[in-house]
Amino acid sequence: MRVTVDMDACQDHGQCCFAAPEVFHLDDDGHLVYDANPDDSLREKVEDAVDVCPTQAITVAD
Amino acid sequence: MPSRVVIVGASLGGLRTAEALRKAGFSDEIVVVGAEEHLPYNRPPLSKEVLAAGISHTAVAFPMRASVSDVTWRLGVPAADCDIDRRVLTLADGATLDYDGLVVGTGLRSRRLAVPGPPPTVAAGRHSLRTLDDAAALRTELVPGARIVVLGAGFIGCEVAATARTLGCEVTAVAIDPYPMVRPLGALLGAQTQRRHEAHGVQFRLGAGVTAFHGDVKVTGVELSSGEVLPADVVVEAISSHCNTEWLASTDLDLTDGVLCDNTLRAHRRDGSPIDGVHAVGDLARFPNPLFDDVPRRVEHWNIPTETGKRVGSALAAYLSGEGYDAAIASEFAPLPAFWSDQFDMRLQSFGAPGLAGGDPDDIRILEGDLEDEVIVGYHRGERLMGVVGIGMLKSVMAYRSAIGHVATAAS
Repeated sequence: MRVTVDMDACQDHGQCCFAAPEVFHLDDDGHLVYDANPDDSLREKVEDAVDVCPTQAITVAD
Repeated sequence: MPSRVVIVGASLGGLRTAEALRKAGFSDEIVVVGAEEHLPYNRPPLSKEVLAAGISHTAVAFPMRASVSDVTWRLGVPAADCDIDRRVLTLADGATLDYDGLVVGTGLRSRRLAVPGPPPTVAAGRHSLRTLDDAAALRTELVPGARIVVLGAGFIGCEVAATARTLGCEVTAVAIDPYPMVRPLGALLGAQTQRRHEAHGVQFRLGAGVTAFHGDVKVTGVELSSGEVLPADVVVEAISSHCNTEWLASTDLDLTDGVLCDNTLRAHRRDGSPIDGVHAVGDLARFPNPLFDDVPRRVEHWNIPTETGKRVGSALAAYLSGEGYDAAIASEFAPLPAFWSDQFDMRLQSFGAPGLAGGDPDDIRILEGDLEDEVIVGYHRGERLMGVVGIGMLKSVMAYRSAIGHVATAAS
């Protein structure tokens, strides 16, 4: 699974970090960092992260 | 015979319900009915970046998952009537749709002031802001030097005021409340919101009612209860909203302030009984949240259509398949409300229900930071933390999420 975050759209709301903490987290400055190639077993959590992103910045491809 | 779910309301709640139905294995027909011409789109940008940068459906449309590619969208036709006992929906064009499951997700519309003056139309310079078309109409008016009077100083009012000011408009915000944002934020952060807006040149008239609009064909001024007349090229009415439930008026659903629901979002009849197969999602669903108490409330925050849509999709799929429905009803639904707002360089971020703070002066207090700069304020009822609001400090605000609804301790 390939995860892409449009970093121009991302506003560091951090909602994805609660939906899929294995994939998304905020660094010490509060900016998003993420794993672009997470394990397929995390698909459901990543889909939840896509849903809760206020700026709809996350996309998932197989 | 294949069954059919009809979702009334083609916005975020309707989309998430359709997705959740498919995810739960419902493979029969889904029809989504929408009053607007557009497929579901994200509304928060309408008062912020989209209003500032320009409007297109593409810029705000929600991506469509493959799982909902076979959903039938009936757009541009509002629902007109519903027969709950016979399970028939009637649309405004006279068409009827039988259903096995019904989802009510028709949301809210802006309330317009009923005072003397030109009518509430764009041509008369009277705008509201809930839809893409509203935003497109307002966008063309926000030119440098234009005199904008914003009525109401809640989320939409304050965001429009900030965006318009940033675009170079002369902005005055009028509200009956003592502070902007006072209902969600309380006086402490309401005063901070006011200070920050004023520093950017927004003017306020607070504790003020509107008695009339001046002008013949087009608004030229707004007359306040004080007698003052504010010159205006454009008026934006952001005072409050109505639930779009008129199409349910002939039913015996309890439509007191939205659609009364149980914790499974099943709609209630006026006699208090829930109706299997009839659910509500989004802004108009009035449901109890055990995170706080057993009082049913509507929650007008962006994450609620998604939370309620997922809940309803799975419960409705279970009901229609006859498998797992009792377990779905027995499970507890306790979504954590969340909101944010961007106004100038201020980012407000909240978790929980700050509006449920108790009346004690100490119930709303600073948890971290500096009121004049970045700050986190806690909203308590007795010892329980009901909600937090941060200005900035996002990462620290998030640390309080797990404390919401519990007896307050330091964030961990």
